[in-house]
Amino acid sequence: MANRIVVLGGGTGGTLVANRLRRRLGRAEAEIVVVDEDDRHVYQPGLLFVPFGLAHVDDLVRPRHAQLHTGVDLVERAVESVDLAAREVRLAGGTVLAYDVLVVATGAVLQPEETDGLTGPGWMERVFTFYDPAGAAALADAIAAFERGRIVVSVVDMPIKCPVAPLEFCFLADWYLRRRKIRDAVDLVFVTPLDGAFTKPVCNHELSGLLREKGVEVVTEFSTGTVDGPGGRLVSYDGREVAFDLAVVVPLHGGAKYVERSPGLGDELGFVTVDEHTLQSRSHPEVFAIGDAAGIPTSKAGSVAHFAGEVLVENVVHVLAGAEPTASFDGHTNCFIESGFDKALLIDFNYETEPLRGHFPSVVGLPLLRESRLNHLGKLAFEWLYWHVLLPGHDIPGVGAAMPERGKSFPERGRARERVR
Amino acid sequence: MTTATYAGHDVEVDGEGFLEDPSEWTREMATEIARDAGIETLSAEHWKVVDFMRAQYAEKGTGPTVRVLGKTSGVSIKELYELFPKGPAKTAARIAGIPKPRGCI
Repeated sequence: MANRIVVLGGGTGGTLVANRLRRRLGRAEAEIVVVDEDDRHVYQPGLLFVPFGLAHVDDLVRPRHAQLHTGVDLVERAVESVDLAAREVRLAGGTVLAYDVLVVATGAVLQPEETDGLTGPGWMERVFTFYDPAGAAALADAIAAFERGRIVVSVVDMPIKCPVAPLEFCFLADWYLRRRKIRDAVDLVFVTPLDGAFTKPVCNHELSGLLREKGVEVVTEFSTGTVDGPGGRLVSYDGREVAFDLAVVVPLHGGAKYVERSPGLGDELGFVTVDEHTLQSRSHPEVFAIGDAAGIPTSKAGSVAHFAGEVLVENVVHVLAGAEPTASFDGHTNCFIESGFDKALLIDFNYETEPLRGHFPSVVGLPLLRESRLNHLGKLAFEWLYWHVLLPGHDIPGVGAAMPERGKSFPERGRARERVR
Repeated sequence: MTTATYAGHDVEVDGEGFLEDPSEWTREMATEIARDAGIETLSAEHWKVVDFMRAQYAEKGTGPTVRVLGKTSGVSIKELYELFPKGPAKTAARIAGIPKPRGCI
């Protein structure tokens, strides 16, 4: 009898893993079932552009089932819980789905209700998030009507999806306000719980410089405790205040709700605990996690799911054959950072190597950690790649799962010089 | 890297005052590190958090963030900030002699 692989979540990670597994395993070897509560797949990187009228939500959404290969079944149900001991997933409505291998790919969910006052008076009026389609669309109207005052972009706490997105929002807001010739009438403020714009030194230096150039005030180590919509202020746990006329807040993130209802599956925040290299659960070898749902020390980004996908599929195949997982994920992450005025930066890094200067994917390629028009075109081209290469589970030509060292300037090797081999 | 003297022992600390080797830590040192970090006396509540940090580090290899502390230590985030006004996770980790909690990237 065929094994059954159940993939929870039909987003970036779930879709590309299901498709890669389908190509790898014959129908007699494995049945592949994807579970998701709806049939709307959102191209999440596109949400950043919605508040500035550069993208529309309707264009970012496609049916999930259409992204899945023939031979992958989509069950449109919410997950109630996972019973690790019985190897069963309970779905809303009482259906029970037994599995031989479980892949958790249900991403991260926004938890705005966890922050005092955030969803109170003023929410969706002068306090918004662009991290979901409804918020991004509502924010577009508010920004279009904004004439003068303080726009505060605030990250409540880590981890968040795409940690550079709030910075990109600041850069694009600067561009947008200049284009409308009202930049002088608007203060832009970036508020972060971290001690800098970004956690990694070289990248932090570059991004802090850009924020300065664009006149964005930065408030660091600010842990937002309360959002006071009517009073127009953020209040930190240590009693500091930041005033706003319009607040763009990135709420707390956690794992999908059912993870908490499934003993042994997740950590305190509902992310699924797996080995950072094999992506396999340490306590249950038939359980894997990928993408934002995984509790591994990477950024929560689509590129991570893409690079990890190849490794995860390899290890699932090993486990089904009764062997140990041997493929190892290096934490490879690759992000375009839109910086306004049709320019963007590109960063490429992994568990060991912080984002460095140089070129990607090799000595000749896109410039790393530097603004360029080429990177902006890369960011735009990525949307096509997402639907047509990433989700179907293909490799991007010239870009492997492992982070390339070629083309990067490693500072510890005396004079910073790009590595050629 | 620099050397600091706590409870009569020379220990290596990093630029932000975190012990390089958590195994060198003693409870006597904690009291003196706390003073360096601006906390005159460690109350029972402080100790509850510090002990929790060490237990978590022993189990997971990294100290918890403020958010996880608030969810799991039995001390609310508000109280944590009253105890450690300059940042609970960072200050408590330093006093507990463990590395700075790995910020998410």
